[in-house]
Amino acid sequence: MKTLRFLLEKEFRQLLRNRQLMRTLLLAPLIQLILLPMAADYTVKNIAIAVTDNDHSPSSQRLIAKITASGYFRLAGYTASYPQALKMVEEDKADLALQIPAHFERDLVRENAKQVYVAINAIEGTKANLGGAYLRSIVSDFNDDLRVQWAVIDDAPQVTVASSNWYNPFLRFPLYMVPAILVTLVTAMVAMQSAFNIVQEKESGTIEQINVTPIRKHIFIIGKMIPFLVLGIVLFTMGLLVGRLLYGIVPVGSLLVLYVSLVVYLFAMLGLGLLLATYSNTQMQAMSLSFFFINIFNMMSGVFTSVDSMPGWAQAIVATFPPSHFIKIMRTVVLKGSGFSDIMPQLWAMAAIGLFLNTWAVLNYRKTA
Amino acid sequence: METVIRTERLTKRFGDFIAANELSFEVGKGEIFGFLGANGAGKTTAMRMLCGLLAPTSGKASIAGFDVYTQTEKIKRNIGYMSQKFSLYDDLTVSENIRFYGGIYHMNRPAIKEKTTLLLEELGLRNEAKTLVRELPLGWKQKLSFSVSIVHDPGIVFLDEPTGGVDPVTRRQFWDLIYAAADRGVTIFVTTHYMDEAEYCNRVSIMVDGVIAALDSPAGLKQQYGSDSMEDVFYELARKAKRKAD
Amino acid sequence: MKQLSTFIRKEFLHVFRDRKTLLMLFGLPIAQIVLFGFALSNEIKDSRIALLDYSKDAVTTRLIGKIEASHYFDIRRNLASGEQLNAAFKRGDIKMAVIFPQNFGDDLIHAGKATVQVIADASDPNQATTITNYFESIVTDYNAELSQNAQQPLQIRPELQMLYNPELRGAPNFVPGVMALVLMLVCTMMTSVAIVREKELGTMEILLVSPFKPIYIIISKLAPNLVISIVNLFIILALSDIFLDLPVKGSVALLVGCSILFILTSLSIGLLLSINAKTQQAAMMGSLMGMMLPTMLLTGFLFPIENMPVALQVLSNLVPSRWYFIIVKRVMLKGLGFSSVWKETLILTGMCLFLFGISLRNFKIRLQ
Repeated sequence: MKTLRFLLEKEFRQLLRNRQLMRTLLLAPLIQLILLPMAADYTVKNIAIAVTDNDHSPSSQRLIAKITASGYFRLAGYTASYPQALKMVEEDKADLALQIPAHFERDLVRENAKQVYVAINAIEGTKANLGGAYLRSIVSDFNDDLRVQWAVIDDAPQVTVASSNWYNPFLRFPLYMVPAILVTLVTAMVAMQSAFNIVQEKESGTIEQINVTPIRKHIFIIGKMIPFLVLGIVLFTMGLLVGRLLYGIVPVGSLLVLYVSLVVYLFAMLGLGLLLATYSNTQMQAMSLSFFFINIFNMMSGVFTSVDSMPGWAQAIVATFPPSHFIKIMRTVVLKGSGFSDIMPQLWAMAAIGLFLNTWAVLNYRKTA
Repeated sequence: METVIRTERLTKRFGDFIAANELSFEVGKGEIFGFLGANGAGKTTAMRMLCGLLAPTSGKASIAGFDVYTQTEKIKRNIGYMSQKFSLYDDLTVSENIRFYGGIYHMNRPAIKEKTTLLLEELGLRNEAKTLVRELPLGWKQKLSFSVSIVHDPGIVFLDEPTGGVDPVTRRQFWDLIYAAADRGVTIFVTTHYMDEAEYCNRVSIMVDGVIAALDSPAGLKQQYGSDSMEDVFYELARKAKRKAD
Repeated sequence: MKQLSTFIRKEFLHVFRDRKTLLMLFGLPIAQIVLFGFALSNEIKDSRIALLDYSKDAVTTRLIGKIEASHYFDIRRNLASGEQLNAAFKRGDIKMAVIFPQNFGDDLIHAGKATVQVIADASDPNQATTITNYFESIVTDYNAELSQNAQQPLQIRPELQMLYNPELRGAPNFVPGVMALVLMLVCTMMTSVAIVREKELGTMEILLVSPFKPIYIIISKLAPNLVISIVNLFIILALSDIFLDLPVKGSVALLVGCSILFILTSLSIGLLLSINAKTQQAAMMGSLMGMMLPTMLLTGFLFPIENMPVALQVLSNLVPSRWYFIIVKRVMLKGLGFSSVWKETLILTGMCLFLFGISLRNFKIRLQ
């Protein structure tokens, strides 16, 4: 136990003395946390629409006006023919092309129904989905307006929908993204840095000196992990403050729940860093291995796309990623006020993964080759 | 004289390659035992086995009475070690390094403090107590490394090519430190390929191609091979070596 | 020339002997394409919802039947009471709750109108909006059924056609994005570390006292990464075609040409980073922290650039991967030719020359 104290003293001294590193480890994530949520806005707006109006009737013009006034769409241009509008989509000048065919108003009255044609650039699924949805909804509203205007009575029974949004009533994206981005930043920092740190000792030879002393290997490993645990907690706290001050995000749930989850999470991620360090002999290798995992974690843990929309086999793989669990915890605790009982499955998962990784790492680390 | 290191046909294989082949020797308490050989002869491998850093493939060895297979942790408590790369922490100060290693070897605080003052005095580093190790000149780093390796007063200390890259005067000073320790009863096991340093040892063994080709006092070896210097003795033995330097 | 090839050979040996790094260099793009191509998707379907039916009549049964039949929703539980609702949301079990009040059917028939309540978990705003929308479309369908006899007048029927990606797969969006991201990050990191490593080990000095021109040193450092990245590119394109059904619709030559341009640009960035970094650690951290998230976010494949604050939009113009992403989408997915991407290509060329020129100059200065 006393040796642990001496080890920690040394580790903290070295860490705090490394000014350049401290700056990178603390400042860079903060700057990113400040800037990136501003970019990470999935709100679909300003969809560029190219319009071909072959009818030029008051109705068609009012429909177009209603579409552009909605705030979701931005008129990219009028074209004389539909193929031209499609070309605008091809050239990324428009996301949607709308064609109002000739005799639109006339046929609508005469035959009680008329089509309008819409082509959507579906490469980006969310935009396509929502763009289509918004357009349909605007057309449907316009339809109702027309009926009222022409005093057409519709006496069929109707079901109406009253919808409400819980937990994020203003539909603000930062609320959804900031907790997740914070997790990715803390992850990258902590896991990689702990791996580098150990490999650096390998490269410089100081690890051999440790191996020859009576320090038990689990004490050595704990001595390596604790500083980064502390660092992770500090970083997380700073991130919460930024979230509060800049984005007005105040966790609905308890901070205790968050911090306990954080510690379990860090335990798992540091285990990974440690494990990677035992398999690396140079810093380059440590970097390569950590980069491999961090990248995959970042993309697949539900930060940018929903885990629920993945196929079953992918979800199974993602369940082994600690970040996916912690991100879920963050979002549910911060936005919905979830408590320990609600996040038990995730906590257990992280703890189990952490135990597995750390055990493997400790077994792998040999003082005697 | 009490035997502190004893090996019996100690061998290390890496696949087909036999790095150390059936080494058998004994070292007595307070001896300065030199382990010589060309690069690639197997000196470092042998030493690492004795320190508990490398598990032998076969054979027996005991250090300070502890078995090298089953009691490595006890061995580590009773030895000191200084590696080729010196292994002090560059980004810690002189006194911080002493404090760290003292603590690792279970010295209590007053003892560490006392030892620190003593060491700084001995090495003439009193004014450098708060200097970062990376700012020390090489010779001082070396001397500090040695002192730190025996901060806990171990019975045996292993030195792996401790005087690489240093001028002759500093090397002499270093050996003064070694003598002082030996006088106090510390057994010194040192590997080197500087032949003149061989003269400073009580006994010397010369490894060639993984085998101990000769083992005796420097005077004895010189007589045996009819040479005036250890260098010539070594040359006699080593030129027949089949293994190239690594 | 012979000297240069000696150098290049040495650099290749360095890289290819390091198995673990090779694993990352080749493994990462492959793993990413396979994983992301198959797993990532923006499509929302089978959303877990809860139903609270206080009325339990023919109408609600019919509506519930329609909900079950659609592939939008996966009815997870029929909850008994409102209290259970909050708990279910908090556990993340459900995304939306549908509540039919008492006398739903009666109200519909006698008063002509009945209201169903829908509560969405708006943590993910887009998801909430989308599934609420899906639900509303089911209700609209039902309403149309109701008024079948009294034919609803004046129906405007929008006919929607999804272009380029009718099944709304994630792959068409993510594969080009991942290409841009991975090529850029790997090139930058590998190059920056490679040069700094030599500095740290001290072997750089040996090179510098030799009669070799600095530009040879630089070219030899860049060469292995260039080759590896080009190989990676072909692997990615092949995988996309075979496994993800995403072939290159346009000219492969054009795509490869622009890719090489992009790779060279990324390598130059790595070069620039390496010159200012003193330790490997600083180089790695610099490329990682400095480049990873910004590249991910500002390339435009995760988030639309036009949504971002103006300052960030301007910033994204400086990110080479943003331009490359556009080129890949147009050439690979839409099958367009050089005339559609000449502007972006020109920008990339400019960036490449500029970055390379600065790196070369700084490299020479540092050596002095």
